[in-house]
Amino acid sequence: MAGSTGRAAPLHPGAWWLWALGLGTAATRTTNPLLLALLLAVSAYVVTARRPDAPWARSYGAFVKLALAVLVIRLVFAVVLGSPIPGTHVLVTLPEVPLPDWAQGIRLGGRVTAEGLAFALYDGLKLAALLVCVGAANALANPSRLLKSLPAALYETGVAVVVALTFAPHLIADVHRLRAARRLRGRPDQGLRGLLHVGLPVLEGALERSVALAAAMDCRGYGRAAEVPAAVRRTTAALTLGGLLGVCAGTYGVLTAEGGAYGLPVLAAGVAAALAGLWLGGRRSVRTRYRPDRWDARAWLVAGSGAAVAALLVLAGARDPAGLHPGVVPLVAPALPLWPAAACLLGLLPVLVTPAPDTPVAGPAGPGPDSVPDPEPAVRKPS
Amino acid sequence: MIRFEDVSVTYDGAAGPTVRGVDFEVPEGELVLLVGPSGVGKSTVLGAVSGLVPHFTGGTLSGRVTVAGRDTRTHKPRELADVVGTVGQDPLSHFVTDTVEDELAYGMESLGLPPQVMRRRVEETLDLLGLAPLRGRPIATLSGGQQQRVAIGSVLTAHPRVLVLDEPTSALDPAAAEEVLAVLQRLVHDLGTTVLMAEHRLERVVQYADRVVLLAGPGAAPVLGPPAEVMAVSPVRPPVVELGALAGWTPLPLTVRDARRRAAPLRDRLAHLSVPDPAPAPAALPAPRPAPTSRWRRRPASGAEAAPGYAAEVRGLAVRRGRVQALRQVDLTVSAGETIALMGRNGAGKSTLLGALVGLVEPAAGSVRAGGAVPHRTPPRDLVRRVGLVPQEPRDLLYADTVAAECRAADEDADAAPGTCRALLAELLPGVGDDTHPRDLSEGQRLTLALAVVLTARPPLLLLDEPTRGLDYAAKHRLVAHLRSLAARGHAIVLATHDVELAAELAHRVVLLADGEVIADGPTAEVAVASPAFAPQVAKVLAPQQWLTVAQVRKALA
Repeated sequence: MAGSTGRAAPLHPGAWWLWALGLGTAATRTTNPLLLALLLAVSAYVVTARRPDAPWARSYGAFVKLALAVLVIRLVFAVVLGSPIPGTHVLVTLPEVPLPDWAQGIRLGGRVTAEGLAFALYDGLKLAALLVCVGAANALANPSRLLKSLPAALYETGVAVVVALTFAPHLIADVHRLRAARRLRGRPDQGLRGLLHVGLPVLEGALERSVALAAAMDCRGYGRAAEVPAAVRRTTAALTLGGLLGVCAGTYGVLTAEGGAYGLPVLAAGVAAALAGLWLGGRRSVRTRYRPDRWDARAWLVAGSGAAVAALLVLAGARDPAGLHPGVVPLVAPALPLWPAAACLLGLLPVLVTPAPDTPVAGPAGPGPDSVPDPEPAVRKPS
Repeated sequence: MIRFEDVSVTYDGAAGPTVRGVDFEVPEGELVLLVGPSGVGKSTVLGAVSGLVPHFTGGTLSGRVTVAGRDTRTHKPRELADVVGTVGQDPLSHFVTDTVEDELAYGMESLGLPPQVMRRRVEETLDLLGLAPLRGRPIATLSGGQQQRVAIGSVLTAHPRVLVLDEPTSALDPAAAEEVLAVLQRLVHDLGTTVLMAEHRLERVVQYADRVVLLAGPGAAPVLGPPAEVMAVSPVRPPVVELGALAGWTPLPLTVRDARRRAAPLRDRLAHLSVPDPAPAPAALPAPRPAPTSRWRRRPASGAEAAPGYAAEVRGLAVRRGRVQALRQVDLTVSAGETIALMGRNGAGKSTLLGALVGLVEPAAGSVRAGGAVPHRTPPRDLVRRVGLVPQEPRDLLYADTVAAECRAADEDADAAPGTCRALLAELLPGVGDDTHPRDLSEGQRLTLALAVVLTARPPLLLLDEPTRGLDYAAKHRLVAHLRSLAARGHAIVLATHDVELAAELAHRVVLLADGEVIADGPTAEVAVASPAFAPQVAKVLAPQQWLTVAQVRKALA
């Protein structure tokens, strides 16, 4: 009966994050549009091939849109506010708005040069690539499974955070439903007034749902704590509080000029104490974990591929800065540096080592176990 | 296993105790059904078992509740989690994680069971509840029955000795309800689980109960006994029991099978009698349309002349929702004065069809006309006078903080004379104070208030989405009476419902939907009797004769 749709041991979500951050880091090391486009293509391909069909996985589209918006805004700024890049290829000259003396150094309108635009494009593309990489991590790694890798003492807080996050979609659905209901009352369902009007009922509904969920979680043993000796409890509290105080004091010390001497050691001690407090606090929690994601060979490979891309591009940046940062003055067509490009392709490794996501049964009312087709009628023997 | 010792519960700010003198014991391995009208404290009794009352809800509990020897006064709900499993009315507010398998494991993780044990129990539970093909699915994509099974499974994995269920089948279609009840039956028989369950739809559950606890009125002491005995004195009872009482059978039959075996003489007597119409038939002559309001005159509806006979007309309607084809090729006509029941599985497209009739959903293909207008192109102020919908959650329609303010707003929205809505409400629901907050009304009262609000605009077409969810039999009877008189006055009514008994009492026609298509459309007696899942109990008992309700039989015998 083991379902064929069963989970084929998904990859550790941390591995996806490391892979995506690796690609992101690589993107920050170059402004070569060809390399950036290659990085974008690599991450997009992996996302399309390995993204599961789940609500959180749909955030990728939102990140892509955000990245596009960033790119467009960067270009618009370069056109309207001008660019510090000197250039000779004037594309168009906008009417310049004369600004008063105190706004010296700011320009509105004026010449738009190809060099300035190219620079803005490269720069914007870099930021966009970084954003898309973060989006890829969001789409590939299940946030609630990432949560399972948190230290035990933080788990309950983490559950609260995740539950709170799932409330956002519910809230949006409520707003839609209630605005539709306004239509049933004969009131316009568009516009700000309509939105304000449903605010209170939506919040009421959200509150009621949270209370119901809290009751359900309480009934299912959320917050059960193990008996620990009073001494351990007190030590935990002292360590955590002391550690946090130490972190504050240490940070202050590091940031101020006078405290340079004691800053770092105090900060380190604070962090250590806080970590010890967390570890001790974990003993109060009786939770166990069901099928925790294992950090296996595939996770090493996926995370490693991301890290390798980042490391190779950092190296390339040191060896061949010209290839990674094509010049804009004078304007030249960017060339594709061969071995950094090959390094980017290493980011495709996850497609080879991870399993394809399950394809869920279409439609909400998928075939249940009770819809087993009738067995073939036995062949009738001629009598 | 569960022991109540002279328990009474008083909530903070309440005038008197919600339940009083509750004193009974549920032995291990029994399935006990808690019945009674709305508002008698069934949920309070259930909550007392899981410890939510009073630890979570507040209030004062006197007396003593012990579950598996643990006193709920000293044990919080989380400390009872390993012996009591609780499933509330709405499974969606029960889920903590997002996939089936994780949800099944969540409770065990909280209890700190070793990973091997968790793994084994998850597999066992997946098989027990038939959830194995769904294990990796996001919960949000499951149907209502599947969600309810996951909710039950998620508390079962902790191997509780007691299962507490609050209306587990109310929101489900007949087939999904059977599915859930079969699982409960199996738990009681195979695992010896003790089950305490409250449910309004007695026709679905009473046959499975070993004993019944009746809370006859607010604050009344509960009566405990075998189902047949308790049903004899109960103010709420399913049609099959009503029929048994009418025919004078003792002991009262609880199942269709019991009743059928004794019904031969009754069938003989009824064979010569003609079946009276459950609801007065839609007048052959067109019923009077409500007087046109000033707005109608100002903006003559372009389509009113085109289809004068129909209150609503749907032709070749298709609706897409995302990637899902919610409706395809749906044809439906509704005449004035006619009542139609839309039935079908959860997710078959009933609500979508109602939404299309009221302009909430835009058709992808085909045409919709309701009250002579194209709903999704008509401005809302105009539309309320042509078609009104009472949504599944009547609360969505109510915004104001007092009943009086709600009624004033309704008059304003509908351009009706001041006081119209209040007068309607007084007629439908006497004795509701002006200052009551809509949230403090009972389910049935809230539904009636929403109905009054919608009717203020006198729409010739009235739509109701799942109107009997959470209603007890008394509230249901009142609703049936209102709707019948509305139909007699010429309103066309379309109701989407899972409640076969309601459809039998009200509808002239039943339209069955499956997968977004109309699979049957015909007179109630024919469609309902033809399909076992949608046949009311009386029809099953008296088949092949086409009796649908106890009221019909009573009328014919009188």
